[in-house]
Amino acid sequence: MLIIKGGRVIDPKSGTDRVMNIFIEKGKIFKLAAARSQVPEQFENADVIDASGKLVAPGLVDMHVHLREPGHEHKETIASGCNAAAAGGFTTVVCMPNTEPVNDHPSVTDLMISKAAEHGGARVHPVGAITIGLKGEALSEMGGLKEAGAVAFSDDGRPVMNSGIMRHAMEYARGLDMPIISHCEDLNLKAKGVMNESSNSTRFGLRPIPVQVEEIMVARDISLCELTGARLHIAHVSAEASLRHIRAAKKRGLPVTAETAPHYLFLTDEAVGTYDTSTKVNPPLRSNSDLASLRKAIADGTIDAIATDHAPHSPVEKEVEYEVAAPGISGLETSLALILRLVDEGIISILRAIELMSLNPCRILGISGGTLDEGADADITIIDQDNKWIVDPSKFKSKGRNTPFSGHEMKGVAAVTLVRGRIIHRAGT
Amino acid sequence: MDRRPSFPHKHLLGIEQLTPDEINLILDTAYSFKEVSTRTIKKVPAMRGKTVINLFYEPSTRTRTSFEIAEKRLSADSINIAVASSAVAKGESLKDTAKTLMAMNPDVIVLRHQHGGTPHFLANMIDASIVNAGDGIHEHPTQALLDAFTIKEKKGQLKDIIVAIIGDIAHSRVARSNILSLTKLGAKVRICGPMTMIPRDCEKMGVDVKTRLADAIEDADIIMMLRLQLERQIEGLFPTLREYNRLWGLTSQSLRHAKKDVLIMHPGPMNRGVEIDPEVADGEHSLILDQVENGIAVRMAALYLLSGSDQQEHEKS
Repeated sequence: MLIIKGGRVIDPKSGTDRVMNIFIEKGKIFKLAAARSQVPEQFENADVIDASGKLVAPGLVDMHVHLREPGHEHKETIASGCNAAAAGGFTTVVCMPNTEPVNDHPSVTDLMISKAAEHGGARVHPVGAITIGLKGEALSEMGGLKEAGAVAFSDDGRPVMNSGIMRHAMEYARGLDMPIISHCEDLNLKAKGVMNESSNSTRFGLRPIPVQVEEIMVARDISLCELTGARLHIAHVSAEASLRHIRAAKKRGLPVTAETAPHYLFLTDEAVGTYDTSTKVNPPLRSNSDLASLRKAIADGTIDAIATDHAPHSPVEKEVEYEVAAPGISGLETSLALILRLVDEGIISILRAIELMSLNPCRILGISGGTLDEGADADITIIDQDNKWIVDPSKFKSKGRNTPFSGHEMKGVAAVTLVRGRIIHRAGT
Repeated sequence: MDRRPSFPHKHLLGIEQLTPDEINLILDTAYSFKEVSTRTIKKVPAMRGKTVINLFYEPSTRTRTSFEIAEKRLSADSINIAVASSAVAKGESLKDTAKTLMAMNPDVIVLRHQHGGTPHFLANMIDASIVNAGDGIHEHPTQALLDAFTIKEKKGQLKDIIVAIIGDIAHSRVARSNILSLTKLGAKVRICGPMTMIPRDCEKMGVDVKTRLADAIEDADIIMMLRLQLERQIEGLFPTLREYNRLWGLTSQSLRHAKKDVLIMHPGPMNRGVEIDPEVADGEHSLILDQVENGIAVRMAALYLLSGSDQQEHEKS
């Protein structure tokens, strides 16, 4: 028995934005009631979380993280990644299959799910590989992966370069009613590129990656979506050029959704000029106009979800030459504060922010969560939106301290994160 | 008291960080050092007791030799570390190599590296002054300085001098540093090469892009040819060496489009018969050996000024 009292409840599904009490019984939401209404009899002796002055939202869902286990436990483990998720306000994370071994077999999916259950924090939903070993050649056992608990298929980190294989993957996934998450990158066009192609790549003397590396594959996969009817989700959109194709596809009613990551909404390729490898990410940080277009796209619905692409690395992979460094940003513990800044700046409403970070990821993947419906599991994030803090990667719960936001001032933290009515994180502890 | 002029930088990472006055200071200092190399005893005590490590991750004969001679003529103790004969070949990270070298207290590290930005990475990590001796496709500041010195020596100034840089601009650190220094010093820079080798938005660096060699060298005071890396053919950036020579090679024939008193430069090593024909490279217009000679004076000047800034820092603390 638990009451979350006096918080400003934000529930995009019902459009709720007002001060209410939430009553939780046996890990489920019993009911929401006006702040001054009578406490139901059975809650008279319940525990109380005072949420006055805070936001109370359905638990945040990050549909794109790398937990690195099995195989790369020096970068992250399922336990450390789940702790980072809880600290960042996430009740659910969706983990990519580029582990070692690759999650291309039900036994790996099983292992991930049982490790997460053993840890008992944030929920973990694995994504299965599209192809064996992420090689882009032979389809993985998608049916078995689905039975084991995979919620989507992706070769994330690598594109499926062969359009014929991608076609079959999408057809096959459609038969299983599963979405395909596409990492859009034309590897031949990318060649040895490491940063966005612009006047800055010319200045910094780093090999360039034009936006067309992404755009071409977005366009191809939208064409294949039309051919196959499969549900297609475009991962980590970084470029204005890609948005044009996504917008047009949605207008034509194709089952296409898309996500972007917080770093593309705040940083540009100008940041690469220090050769700080924490700015190296794939796709790369783009131009100001890409950033502005992405900010518009999260507001107008072209982009459906915000996902961190949390990619923890150890110093071994990051404290090296820029061109040699592994791409990726440790994002779980800065995402919420960054998106709250967009709310402060009037780019999106708080309801839209929670929709992008909770409701929509659940809808795209067909998983539970994202709402405060009565009877739903009590996965809830209580947000202290006024709490100011400085990003100090050494204090991260994640093993990955690779963030370009180190030293930045942030506003807003997850005060309490609850899964099934149980507290998995409380700020300051 | 040492009366060396004050130089506000600890490192020479690129031309990007230098003001026109600072570039001119290096050139003026080099002018007085050039005389040292003509003496019977080619040595001054300016860097006596200083240790310089030449850390070369790429094979280099002329740049490394030029630095080494400059260091020796300044009386510095210089040590060469080449990638093939060091721990690096065994897979040691640059960070570990840097820490190991720092434990030996060098004053200056001259770094040549195949990846852009590596001197900046190293500068953030260690106490010695870093001199960039070429980083990937990014910068090669001492080459640009010796080129500016050579032009100034022949033409008296750089302002309004027209310089045509021909070849693989996109992958050339020599081109990048020269564009930066020449435009800062008031020269007019044209670049020309196959469009596959012209980097994005390079007009923003203040240069004119020409697609035809004849248009680029017309009225030019200086033609600077770049070395063609032969692997660019495998990458598909140009079809054949024969065609490259026909369209962008500097030959007696193509030189007819240039002024009678045009001067020709090349950072070396040359691909004779590809970007430059032998009769042009060895002809009366060629400054190629002046460049080599001036390289020593310019590198002496840069090392001398940097070790001066180091000294001041120690005096302050």
